[in-house]
This record gives sequence, C-alpha cells and structure tokens, in this order.
Amino acid sequence: MAAAVDEPLLDVEDLRVSFDTIDGPVQAVRGVTFQVGRGRSLGIVGESGSGKSVSTQAILGLLSGAHVSGAARFEGRDLLQMKDSELRKVRGAGIAVVFQDPLTSLHPLHRVGWQIVEVIRAHTDMNKKAARARAVELLDWVGIPSPRERADHYPYQFSGGMRQRVMIAMALALNPRILIADEPTTALDVTVQAQILALIKRIQREFDTALVMITHDLGVITEVTEDVMVMYAGQPVEYASNRTLHYEPHHPYTAGLIECLPRGTSATVSLKPIPGTPPSLLNVPAGCAFHPRCSFAMDLCRTQAPPLRKVAGGAGHQSACWLPTDLVGVGQEASDRRAAAARTPMPVDDGGAER
Amino acid sequence: MGDIVRFLARRLIFSIVVLWFVATIVFFMYFVAPNDVARTLAGRQASAATVAAIRHNLGLDRPLLVQYWSFLGRAAHGNLGFSYLNSRSVLSLVGQRAGVTVSLVVGGAVIWLVIGVGAGMLGATRPRSVIDRATTGIALLFYSMPTFLLGEFLLLVLFFRLHLIGVDWFPGAGYVPLATDPLQWALHLVLPWLTIALITAATYARLTRSSMLDVMGEDYIRTARAKGISRPRILFRHVLRSAITPVVTQFGIDVGTMLGGVVVTENVFGLPGMGQLIVSSITRQDLPTIIGLVLLASAFVIVANIIVDIVYVFLDPRVRLN
Ligand SMILES: Nc1ncnc2c1ncn2[C@@H]1O[C@H](COP(=O)(O)OP(=O)(O)OP(=O)(O)O)[C@@H](O)[C@H]1O
Ligand SMILES: [Mg+2]
Repeated sequence: MAAAVDEPLLDVEDLRVSFDTIDGPVQAVRGVTFQVGRGRSLGIVGESGSGKSVSTQAILGLLSGAHVSGAARFEGRDLLQMKDSELRKVRGAGIAVVFQDPLTSLHPLHRVGWQIVEVIRAHTDMNKKAARARAVELLDWVGIPSPRERADHYPYQFSGGMRQRVMIAMALALNPRILIADEPTTALDVTVQAQILALIKRIQREFDTALVMITHDLGVITEVTEDVMVMYAGQPVEYASNRTLHYEPHHPYTAGLIECLPRGTSATVSLKPIPGTPPSLLNVPAGCAFHPRCSFAMDLCRTQAPPLRKVAGGAGHQSACWLPTDLVGVGQEASDRRAAAARTPMPVDDGGAER
Repeated sequence: MGDIVRFLARRLIFSIVVLWFVATIVFFMYFVAPNDVARTLAGRQASAATVAAIRHNLGLDRPLLVQYWSFLGRAAHGNLGFSYLNSRSVLSLVGQRAGVTVSLVVGGAVIWLVIGVGAGMLGATRPRSVIDRATTGIALLFYSMPTFLLGEFLLLVLFFRLHLIGVDWFPGAGYVPLATDPLQWALHLVLPWLTIALITAATYARLTRSSMLDVMGEDYIRTARAKGISRPRILFRHVLRSAITPVVTQFGIDVGTMLGGVVVTENVFGLPGMGQLIVSSITRQDLPTIIGLVLLASAFVIVANIIVDIVYVFLDPRVRLN
C-alpha cells in the first residue's frame, strides 16, 4: 500500500497473454511493458488485432480462459497476483474502463441511472438515494441534458454519443485513478467523436485522472495523450512522446502510420494501412514481426528479433528496430536515409540482442 | 396503457379467428366420422324409428349448415356442447376435472422451473466442467425418456418398493382436492409432479444454459465485471436477467399446452383430470366432449401466448406491443 512517491501509478512489466484455440495457442500479447504516472496519459496505438484491448483487459483480469504472465503493479500491488475479491475492489473504483461500443457495453434491460448506482454501491456504502443523486450529478457533468429524467431511461433511448457519455459517467463514478478508454470514439459519428474527446480531456484537466487511451487512430492520440506506445503483432515497437512520435519516429512501422495520416486534419480520419497485413498470431514470423511488410528489411531482421533500444528522438524514446538509432524522422528524406542504411551492412551495436 | 388495450383488441380478434378455424375443422370431422350418436344412445336393439326419433330430438337431422351455425352460436356463448353419453354439458365435465389438472400443472411447473433453471445456471457458470457434463447428461436422459416410463418407474420405486417395506408416503393413485385436505392433496400429487417436472425440466436446463452462455459473451457482461460487481450479482442481475426471456416463452407454451390435459401422467397416476377425460371420451367416441376439449385446449394455448407477449413488455423495455 505504501507506494513510493516516485513509483508509477501503473507499472506493467513483460505482460504476455495467450489463448488456447482449436488451431493452437494464439499469442495475443508478447511482452508488453509500460508505465503510467499519476495524472499522466499514455496512448496505445496499433492496427486491429495488435493486442491493445487484450493487454488492458488482461491487467484487470477481464479475460476468461487466457494465460497471462508478467506483472501489472497498480499503486505497488501486482494486479495479476491478486485474489478475485481484491481485484474486484480495483475494478471500477481504482481503474475504470470505457469500452468501444456504448450500445453493446451498457446493459440493455437496465435503466442507465440504475447502472451507475450499481457501480457506486458496489464500492461504497452510500444509500440508494445518495447514490442516485450522485448518478444524476455525474450524468449532468458529462453533458446529458435533463439528467434527472434521463437517469430513468434505457440505453436504447439514447443516441450513440449520449450513450458513450453515460459510459463515461459510470467510469467516473468513483473518481478512478486511471481511466482506460478502449477506442471510445471508434463507433461514433465524426462530429460526436470530437465531443467525446473534448470530454475526456476535460476529465484529465479537472480530476487529474491518469488516462490510457487505446486507438488505431493516430489523430486521436495527437489530441489527447502525452506519451505513446506503438504496438505491432502483440509487441510494443516504439515508445515516444506524442511530439517525438509525430516528427521523429524511429520504427518504419510508426513512420508508415504517420505518413498515411492526412496532415492538418484532426481526430477524425483513420489511418490507411501500410501494404500487407499483420502476421497471424498463431505463427509469428521469426526475427522482427514486421519484416515481411517492411521496405527496409535486412537479413538480420529476418532472423533476429530487434530488442527495444534507446533512440535519438528524446528522453524515453525507444524503438525495436535494427536501423541505426539516430535514424529518425518522416517523409521522403527520412525514407531515403533508411533505405541507404538498410543497404549498408552494419555492426550490431547492441550487446543484449541475442536471444 | 392505450398500447395494451389496442394490442389486446387485436389479439382477441386474431384469437377468435383461430378458434373459429379450429372449431370448424373439429365440427366437420365430427360429421365425417363414421359414428352415429343416436344409434349408440338408442342401444343395439332399437328400431329404426326410435333411432330416427332420437336423432330428431338431438337436432341431428337438420341440414349440416344449420347445425354448424347453431354449434358456432353455442360455442360463441361459451357453451362447449353437450355430452350425450354422460348426459351432462361438456363445460360441467370440464369443471369437475379442471382442478386436478391445474393442481398438477401448477405444482409441476414450480418444480420444473426451479430444477431446470437451477441446473441450467449451474452448467452455464462452469461450462464443460464435471457438474456441467453431469447435468447435461441427466437432462438428456430425462428429455428422451417416455413419460409413462418415468411415471411407472417412480411408482415402482417411490410407491411400490416403499410400500413393501411398510412405508406409505406417496399414494400410488387418486386425487384429494386441496380444499379437503392440503397434505393429502400434495402427497397424492408428488409423484405426478415429479414425473412432469423431471421430463420438462430438461428442456429448461438446456435452454437456460445456452441462453446464459450466449449472454455471458456479451459486451455488457464484460462491463459489469469491469465495474467490480460481485459474481453472484452479475449472474442474477445481469446474465439471468437477459437470459430469462426465451425461458419465459417456453414456460408459457408448456403451461398453456398442459392445462388442456396432461394425458399420460394423469392416466399413469389415475388422476381424474382433463387428460383422463380426453382419453375416456376418445375411447367412447364421445364427440361433443372431444370437440369441446379441443376448443378449450386451443383457447389455453392462445391465452398463454397473449400472456407471454404481455410479460415480454415488462421483461424488455425495447419490446413494443404490436
Ligand atoms: N478470447 C480469445 N481467444 C482467442 N484469441 C483472442 C481472444 N481474444 C482476443 N484474441 C486475439 O488476440 C489478438 C489481439 O486482440 P485485441 O482485441 O487485443 O486487438 P486490438 O489491438 O484491440 O484490436 P482492435 O483494434 O480490433 O480492437 C487478436 O488477434 C485476437 O484475435
Ligand atoms: Mg480492441
């Protein structure tokens, strides 16, 4: 309990998750490490299937039938080692989650007020009346008009954006230290997306809640989070500050993501995929998982998985790519430099690379 | 509220059409059937003149359509006809026996709901576990077992074997009205209740299990878990709440159907209910009674369906009555 002052709020270390399927084990997450400090924000970006949702759900023990290993320390205690009864106290209270599709994520047969009251009463001994008043207050705060009446409505009586506001109200009910938002805007209309993002930014500002924002839309990350982790095929390939990521990415995958972002537009345009598709997690290629799609792949990339190394972009900038560590940037010029480097055989400058 | 009135009006009209259809079919089957009530009543030795007189008295010599029309008129007033063989109205015959069947069905329904839904929940919470496989296996066993076999088996074990060792807890046959002696009423019904309940519960166990497993995969159940709600509460207030809908449908249909008569069970246990009346009127070719019972059974099923539709509105706020 006595967490050191400098200790991160959430400290995830070498998280691995696999599922047994008829076709064999699916290695959905293969060694994810990240930290989130108090009141800080982290974006997790990657294509569909890269393990973003699985990573965060594994931390909270929400995956049934998954093999999970590693550590996930929240305020100093490892969530992965907790008994179910202890973990339940963290869920919804210490760490709250907003899921992608608010229509399917709210219980269709219960009034929204009831659903908010339920989470409050699961974690406090507030009486029904007080909890109800709090629920109305929360609905009001997230911007639902006439919240007193709306609390008695069912999810189907709300629009998509309003439903997501309800989800957010429910997540905020106990002032969580961390809010995990798993693609909170993906299922929404473009104009509504911006409103929900604005709401999430307001939460951070007003409550000092730490935020983990999962998205496959880099534009969303640009607007909301300070730090970014890029994932590919179940592994983190690059960590950077938001700014570094956009102007000085190191990993060719990240650079590819940035380059197909239309410049100047905001939150709304989802990225066009890099040619090819992510590998099957039943059978991840040897070496760097990205090498079959990488235009700069070298022989080394096909045989040896690159470790995360410190790269040139700034404090905390790390990348898992064999290209020289100072080779950062986007655009044609950076691409030319990468291509040139890839043609030049180079010494492996990392001692801990062999695995 | 206006919704419900309009819905009921519409369903009532539809129900009358269905009942009219059923009535017409059974009425004409009655006339096509190679059976002459007048001759049966008159006896083997009667002269042709006597038979003709009886036929005239019963109105059976009128043109077919005239008879059809007066039959419909009577049915529309709730008169299910007259059983010449019993010299009583079908309605009074039914009234005599309805209590037995209602007792049997209501008691059985309570037991099969508890066993069936309980077993289904048990299986759904631990899919593919030993408990799950065991309940599924037992459910399948009872599901595929003929009613008379289970009835006779229960009689053998719980009545006859116990009787041999001097224990007479459960009577082997007969019926005591609830008003006469509640304890005897229940004791006489235990074995019949178990018979219909065990066989019917199997359907409910499988239905509850699969419906709950479907719901458990829903996003909103993940949300409930992410909220830190306790397992039992998730199971009852979230999963079962959604999963119960198909169970309610099945329940309405089953109860509605059985109220028309539980043929095999009533006969195995010598219960003088509607099911026994069905069998005796068929063996005696008591056609007015058969027609009356068919109409009544159809009405029960129709009413049960209407009730299920209304219950749906309370179970699911998204459902509109129309
Ligand atoms: N229960 C499961 N059984 C087997 N495989 C699973 C299961 N859950 C997830 N996976 C696999 O794990 C991988 C990662 O899934 P995850 O949902 O984390 O992706 P994601 O990055 O969140 O993608 P998206 O953008 O589509 O949400 C996918 O390939 C998925 O098929
Ligand atoms: Mg996801």
